[in-house]
Amino acid sequence: MSYVYESYDVVVVGAGHAGCEAALAAARLSLNTMLFTISMDSIAMMPCNPNIGGTSKGHLVREIDALGGEMGRNIDKTYIQSKMLNVSKGPAVHSLRAQADKQEYSKSMRRILENTPNLTLKQAEVVKILTEDNHISGVMTYSGAIYPCKSVVLCTGTYLNARCIYGETVNHTGPNGLQAATHLTDSLKELGIEMYRFKTGTPARIDRRSINFSKMEEQFGDETVVPFSFTTKQEELQKEQISCWLTYTNETTHEIIRANIDRSPLYCGDIKGTGPRYCPSIEDKVVKFADKERHQVFIEPEGLYTNEMYIAGMSSSLPEDVQYQMYRSVPGLENAKIVRNAYAIEYDCINPMQLKSSLEFKAVEGLFSGGQFNGSSGYEEAAAQGLIAGINAARKVLQNEPLIIDRSEAYIGVLIDDLVTKETHEPYRMMTSRAEYRLLLRQDNADLRLTKKGYDIGLIDEERYQHLLEKENQIEIETNRLQSTPIGANKEVQQLLEQYGSSPLNTGTTLADLIRRPELSYELLESIDKNRSELSDEVIEQININLKYDGYIKRQLSQVEQFKKLENRRIPEDIDYMTVPSLRIEARQKLIKFQPRSIGQASRISGVSPADISVLLVYLTQLHYERNKEKII
Amino acid sequence: MITDTIAAIATGLSNAGISKIRISGDHAVEIIDRIYKSRTGNKVLSEQLSHTIHYGFITDGDHIIDEVMVIIMRAPATYTREDIVEIDCHGGIVVTRNILETVLKYGARIAEPGEFTKRAFLNGRIDLSQAEAVSDIITAKNELALQNSLNQLRGKERQIIIELREKILRDIAFVEAALDDPEHISLEGFDEDLQKHINEETNSIEQLLRESDNGKILKEGIKTVILGKPNAGKSSLLNTLVGEERAIVTDIAGTTRDTVEETINLNGIMLNVIDTAGIRDTEDIIEKIGVEKAIKIASQADLIIYVLDSSTELDENDEVILGLIKDKKSLLLLNKSDLEPKITSEEIKKMTDHAIISISIKENIGLNDLEKAIKNMFFEGKLSFNEDIYITNERHKEAFKQSLESLRLVNQSIVAGMPEDFYSIDLMSAYETLGKIIGENIEEDLVNMIFKEFCMGK
Repeated sequence: MSYVYESYDVVVVGAGHAGCEAALAAARLSLNTMLFTISMDSIAMMPCNPNIGGTSKGHLVREIDALGGEMGRNIDKTYIQSKMLNVSKGPAVHSLRAQADKQEYSKSMRRILENTPNLTLKQAEVVKILTEDNHISGVMTYSGAIYPCKSVVLCTGTYLNARCIYGETVNHTGPNGLQAATHLTDSLKELGIEMYRFKTGTPARIDRRSINFSKMEEQFGDETVVPFSFTTKQEELQKEQISCWLTYTNETTHEIIRANIDRSPLYCGDIKGTGPRYCPSIEDKVVKFADKERHQVFIEPEGLYTNEMYIAGMSSSLPEDVQYQMYRSVPGLENAKIVRNAYAIEYDCINPMQLKSSLEFKAVEGLFSGGQFNGSSGYEEAAAQGLIAGINAARKVLQNEPLIIDRSEAYIGVLIDDLVTKETHEPYRMMTSRAEYRLLLRQDNADLRLTKKGYDIGLIDEERYQHLLEKENQIEIETNRLQSTPIGANKEVQQLLEQYGSSPLNTGTTLADLIRRPELSYELLESIDKNRSELSDEVIEQININLKYDGYIKRQLSQVEQFKKLENRRIPEDIDYMTVPSLRIEARQKLIKFQPRSIGQASRISGVSPADISVLLVYLTQLHYERNKEKII
Repeated sequence: MITDTIAAIATGLSNAGISKIRISGDHAVEIIDRIYKSRTGNKVLSEQLSHTIHYGFITDGDHIIDEVMVIIMRAPATYTREDIVEIDCHGGIVVTRNILETVLKYGARIAEPGEFTKRAFLNGRIDLSQAEAVSDIITAKNELALQNSLNQLRGKERQIIIELREKILRDIAFVEAALDDPEHISLEGFDEDLQKHINEETNSIEQLLRESDNGKILKEGIKTVILGKPNAGKSSLLNTLVGEERAIVTDIAGTTRDTVEETINLNGIMLNVIDTAGIRDTEDIIEKIGVEKAIKIASQADLIIYVLDSSTELDENDEVILGLIKDKKSLLLLNKSDLEPKITSEEIKKMTDHAIISISIKENIGLNDLEKAIKNMFFEGKLSFNEDIYITNERHKEAFKQSLESLRLVNQSIVAGMPEDFYSIDLMSAYETLGKIIGENIEEDLVNMIFKEFCMGK
C-alpha cells in the first residue's frame, strides 16, 4: 500500500559523510530538504578508521570547508589528536590528519543537521526512485510512503545489498551490524543504471586494557594544532591530545596469514567484489610485498568514550580464529582481546561513468549521487562528492548551472573527473599523485582557490568572503613590497645571514630574494625589515610559499594554461556523434556512452585517440561557427 | 581561448629588399615594446594609435639588430582579429632570422604554418566556405595526420624519443608511488639515480638537437646540386667555393663516388651545395649507385650547377644531363677555359635556355661571375627554399630545447635539495614536450594540420 506524503525540493538518501554534506548544502541553499537514514543513530558514522584527513584526504577536507561544507568544522570540534603529515616534504604534500572521537563526531554532526533550517530528518529505508519521462518525481520508502521531490541525491554508502564476511562467517548487514538496504538496487536497475559490486574491509578493534604499549612507539600529536576549517580560530582549538601507537607485523604474522590464506574469502572466491588496491588488507600486503619483513601497524583510539582501539594497517577477512593468532603475533598485542572482529564488506555501487561532472546521472534528470555509492572509498572522498552533489541537486531545482570544479582547481575536481571519466573497477581512493597540478592545489590555499566559488553559490557568508578578500589583498601588497624593498650588503644584514648559515651578500638584493633562500624565511628577516606591518600567520605562510616556489608555481601555471585550453572547449550536450565524419567506431561508441562535457574530458576517456580528438575539434569549430551564424541570421 | 602570441616571417626568407615579420596575439604589442627603440628612444609603441607605422630599431638589450618600420594594428580590425604587429626590416636571411629569434626570445612562439589563417578562421574573420574543403581534408587526413608529422622525423629519432619518454615516465611514476606509499617505497638514493638518468637523457637530446641542427642547415640552404660528367671539375668547384679540400680531387674520372655536401655562405645567401658523382654510363657498381643518386638529388634541387669541361667534346652523357636540368633552375659552367676549347658557349646556347658562364676553376677565372649569377637569381626571386621543412625543424628544435630546459630544472631541484615531490613538475614538462614532437600529445593539432596547407606567415 503506497500513499503520497509530503513534497520536498531535494531528497537525500543516506546520512553518512556524503549524505550529511549533501543535505546541509541543499538546506542551506534554502531548499526544502529531506534526509533519509536507515538509523538515526548512525548519522556521520565512522565505521572504519577513527580519523579524518591524511595524505591528499586532508586536502579534500580543506576544500570542502573552503566551499562551505561541514566536515572541517566538525572534526575541529571533535578531534582528540592532530598532526600535519609530510612536513619534511614540499608544501604541496603537507596534509593534515586528525584522530576523531567517533561518537562525538557523529553526535556533533547530528546536532548540526537537526538544527539546520529547511532540513527534515527521517529514519526510513528508501526502496524506490520514482521518475516521469526520465525526470525525478519522487522516492518511496519501505512503508509505502511516497515523497514527491524535484531532485534526489543517493548517498547509500556501503549499505546496498551489503554483506559482511570474515572466514566462512557471513552476515547480511551493513557495517557494524546495521541493517542493509536490500531494495533500492532493483529500482535503480529498472531505471537502466549499471551496478558494480565492490568490497572494502576494516581491521579488528581491540580492548585497550589488553594491549602492552611498552612494546610500541608512542605517536604524539603536533604541539600546535592547525585547524581544518578556515573558520576555526587556532587558539580555540588547542587541547590535550591522546596518543596513537606504532608497532609492526613480523615474519610470524606473515606465516600465519600465508598458512591460512585459503580460508580467506577474498582468496577462495567467496567475495566477488573488487577491493581497493591502495587500502589493502593485510592478506593483500603479505601477498603483494612478499619480501617485506614487516608492515606498520598503528593502534588508534576510537574515542574518549571507549577502550576500543583501531588496528590500522591490518584490515582482514580471515576467520575469527586466524584473526586471534594473527593479531596476537604482533608485539604488544600478545594478549589482545578482540572487541569487534575484522571483516570485509561487499556492497552494490554504480559505474560512476554514468554520471556527469555535476554528479547528476546522464540518464535520469534530477538524480544525483555521491560517496561510496559512486565507487569511491573514504569519508573525505564521500563528503566531497556529497557536497558537490547536494549543491548541484539544489542548483538543478533553482535552475542554475551546475557547479563543476576542474582538475586544476581542486582535488575535488580531480576526484570527480577521475570517477566520471576513467574506468575504475575498484574503490577509488584519493591520492596526491592523482593531482597533476598539486603544487597549486595545496591544503594551505584551499580558501584562496575555492571560497569565492562557495560565496557565489551561497554557502559562504559575506563576512567570511570579505575576510578572504582582505587576505588576498594583504598577500599581494606584502609580496610586492618585499619584491621592491632593496637590501644593502651592510653589517647588520651580513650578521643576520651568518647567523642562519646563509652566504653573505656581495651586492644589494631585495627582501624577496632573501626569502627565496631555502635557509631563510619571512619570519627570520624581521630584524632587517623595518617597515613590516602586522600580518597573520596564514598570510605569512602564503607569502613564503609564493616567493620560495615562485618558479615552480609559474611553470605549473603554464601547464594549467595548456590544460584549460582543451578543458574550455565545451562539447554541446546535443552533439550527435553519428554525424561527426570519420570518427573511429570505438571512439564513437565511447563518446556516445560517456557524453564528455569538454574536449579535455573526452581526451581522457580510454579508447579515444588523439586523432579522434582532432576530428572532434575541427567538427566543433565548424559546428560552433554554423550555430553562431544561424543566430546572426 | 587562444592566448599565446605567435610570430613568423611573413615574406619568405628569400628574395626582395624588405622582409616582414608578423606577430599576432594578446602580447604582440607588449613584445614589440620590449625590443623596439625609436630614434629618440622616447617612443613607446603600446601608446600609439592602431594602424600606424613607426620608424625605429629592433634591439636585443643594447644590441641593435636592424633599422625597421613597425606597423601596429589592434584587434579586432586585423587579419587574425587579434593584435598584430608587423616589422618591416632589410631583407637578408641573417637579419630577418635574427629579428624573428629576438621576437621569440621576448615572449612569442613560432607560428605553425597557416596559423595566422587558422586564427582568422577561429576568430570568425574568414568565412568557413573559404576553407570549404576543410572537412574533406580532415577526413582524408584523420589517418594520416599523425603519420604526417611523424614522417618528418627519422625513424631512429622517433624511437629515441619514445625511449626517452618511457625513462622519464618511469622516474615520475617512482616519485609518485613513493609519495603515496612511503611505507613500502623508499626514495633513498633516488636523487643519484635520477641525476644519472637526467644526464643520460640530456646527452641523448643534445645529440638529437645537434642532428636536427645539421638537418636544418642542409634543408635551410638553397639546395644546390653540382652536376656534370666525370672529371669536369665539380669537386674542384665545390672546394673552391668552400675554401677547403672537402671533396677528393684527382685527375682520375669517377673519383667522387657518393655525394659530398657543404654549406656555403655566399654574401648572406646560404647555399647547400651537393657535389655528385660524375654522370656517365658506367659498369662500376659503386659508381653506378653514385650516378643514380646524383640523378635523384638533382631532381630535388633548388638550383643545379652544371659543370662542363670545355676541353672535351659533348657526348650522349651531356644530353642526359641537359635533359635532367631542362625544367630546373640551372646555371651552366664552361670550365677549363684556360685550355683549348672543344665546345663553345654559342654551341651550348642552342641546346639550353639556362645562363652560361665561362670559368677556369684552376686559374680562378670567372668565379665572380658565378657568384653574381647566383645572387641575381636569388634576388630576382627565382630561387627560394622550402619553408615548411624549416618550420617543422624549428618546432622540433624548440621542443627539444624546452625538454632540455625542463631536465635542467629537475637537476637544479635536486642540487638545491628540493623535496622530491617538486621533481615531477619539470619531469612531466619534459615528458609532454617530447610528446609533442612525436604527436603523442593532444593539442589543437588537426586544426593546425588543415591550415598547414596555407603558407608560413600567412
